[in-house]
Amino acid sequence: MNFPKELKYSKSHEWVKMIDDTTALVGLTDFAQQELGDLVFINLPEEGDEFDADEVFADVESVKAVSDVLMPVAGAVAEINEELLDEPQMINSDPYGAWLVKVEGITGTAELLDADAYEAFVEASEE
Amino acid sequence: MELIFEKSVAGKKLALLPDCDVPEVEFDAALCRSSKPELPEVSETEISRHYSKLAHRAYGVNDGFYPLGSCTMKYNPKVNEDAAALEGLTDIHPLQPVSSMQGWLELYDTAEMYLKEITGMDAVCFQPAAGAHGEFTGIQLIKAYHVANNDIKRNKIIVPDSAHGTNPASGSMCGYEVVSVPSNEDGGIDLEQLAAAVGDDTAGLMLTNPNTLGIFDKNILKITEIIHDAGGLCYYDGANLNAVMGIVRPGDMGFDVMHMNLHKTFSTPHGGGGPGSGPVACKDFLAGFLPGMRIDKKADGTYDMTAAENTIGSVGEFYGNALVVAKALTYLLTLGREGVPEAARNAVLNANYMKAKLEKEYDIPYDKGCLHEFVISAVELKKETGVSAMDVAKSLIDYGIHPPTIYFPLIVHEALMFEPTETETKETIDNAVSVLLKIKEDAYSDPEKLHGAPHNAAIKRPDEVKAARHPIVRYDFEKEE
Repeated sequence: MNFPKELKYSKSHEWVKMIDDTTALVGLTDFAQQELGDLVFINLPEEGDEFDADEVFADVESVKAVSDVLMPVAGAVAEINEELLDEPQMINSDPYGAWLVKVEGITGTAELLDADAYEAFVEASEE
Repeated sequence: MELIFEKSVAGKKLALLPDCDVPEVEFDAALCRSSKPELPEVSETEISRHYSKLAHRAYGVNDGFYPLGSCTMKYNPKVNEDAAALEGLTDIHPLQPVSSMQGWLELYDTAEMYLKEITGMDAVCFQPAAGAHGEFTGIQLIKAYHVANNDIKRNKIIVPDSAHGTNPASGSMCGYEVVSVPSNEDGGIDLEQLAAAVGDDTAGLMLTNPNTLGIFDKNILKITEIIHDAGGLCYYDGANLNAVMGIVRPGDMGFDVMHMNLHKTFSTPHGGGGPGSGPVACKDFLAGFLPGMRIDKKADGTYDMTAAENTIGSVGEFYGNALVVAKALTYLLTLGREGVPEAARNAVLNANYMKAKLEKEYDIPYDKGCLHEFVISAVELKKETGVSAMDVAKSLIDYGIHPPTIYFPLIVHEALMFEPTETETKETIDNAVSVLLKIKEDAYSDPEKLHGAPHNAAIKRPDEVKAARHPIVRYDFEKEE
């Protein structure tokens, strides 16, 4: 399993890539996509929607189940990755390339872990 | 295999229709279609063979073991079909005068009487066509009750995280916000979390008991009390009624309204063969809201029908799937007062026997107090061998066993949920156990074999993503030859 060093991670298995101080890309981690299994559909928010940290902002449907995706930062959606609407399986094949949304005007974050701490968290949750 | 449309050859005649026995009517041209319907044209022999081939590819409870968890795939006694085929029950129209369908009304009234006794409820409505439809109807009754009391701030339905997926869906369909309450380590509802979740915005709770782990929540009276104290009502999802029928009653557990699946618990055909029937039963104080027509027995012993005083309206056609009710009543009359609880006890015994045979070899995370079903977790197996719950399930097909429910309930990872039901013999269960042990051996010695399973089925491993995203559900007449 892959835990890129430059990213931050939430305990609900989203990754955050800060572009500048108040802008970031958000996606699902490699662990999340493995647990979910092959993704079939994804619902993304609309541009301009504002979310608090830990608020549900999207949902993903896999061949197993439908799951909520939580917002790891507080801010407004600047852009959504429209490619995913047609090809949600990109999240399975390239979880760290397939960003879900770009968030701007970030005012706060959920509890975020660095790559090592997240890797330890995932390992502990698998025990 | 060839589709029926691919077999079709224009001009093949097959006259199977009987002579028309009602006067022919001319319709306005605007109501008539202008082009011929594209129906396949084949011979009678071809049709017969086509459907036989399809039947060979199908798998039902008559073909073998079918331990699909929370689905109660029990055997459907053939005597049910005999009863439902009686001419007096079939040669009838729902719009006939009430005086000419007294037999049917007595049948409904009798079925209602038994189901009230089994559920501990006061009234039953047969209109809902299946379980989720019953849930929707039941939650509409709860909503109608709060609205009638002008208590319209209640906008939340509480659902445990072990619930059937239909529960949150039904709550949402009725316009409620769904609040999920976590399970405790025994697999029951976490009482503290429940108490924290309720308030003056609680419309009600939806609960399956025993739940999807097969566990009967021993705090059930406390749970329904917490909801009632907050001013909410309690909905019982009857999907797992088979484990407790004739033994404990939802009405006595504190539930106000519930549905039953006649097609699970009361042995009427289930799945593709259906149709289903999901009657809703409720306490007296909700009966005035029931949909459809209520059957009254008059003083002279005849039956009449009236709509409930504050009925929520109609949720289906006429009186529901009537012949299913006839089959379920046949089952109840066949089993009788002693047979109904005995069936439940045997369902519990079979599940516990199977669980006991497997628990040394497979991980069963919530293993205490299982009733009619139990849930294996393949997490360890997957970690050690790469073989997932999906692989185990698909491998069962190669041994002539229908896969169990997988990846559900969501609180167990890599879940395999088995419900053998009371109608399986010890030999059948022993065979399934030995197959599961063999599959575990294979997982360690030849995991590749399991990744590719099933090897002996007509359809191997379909592309589930493609099937979900781009299903082809109609024949393309324009397609290139």
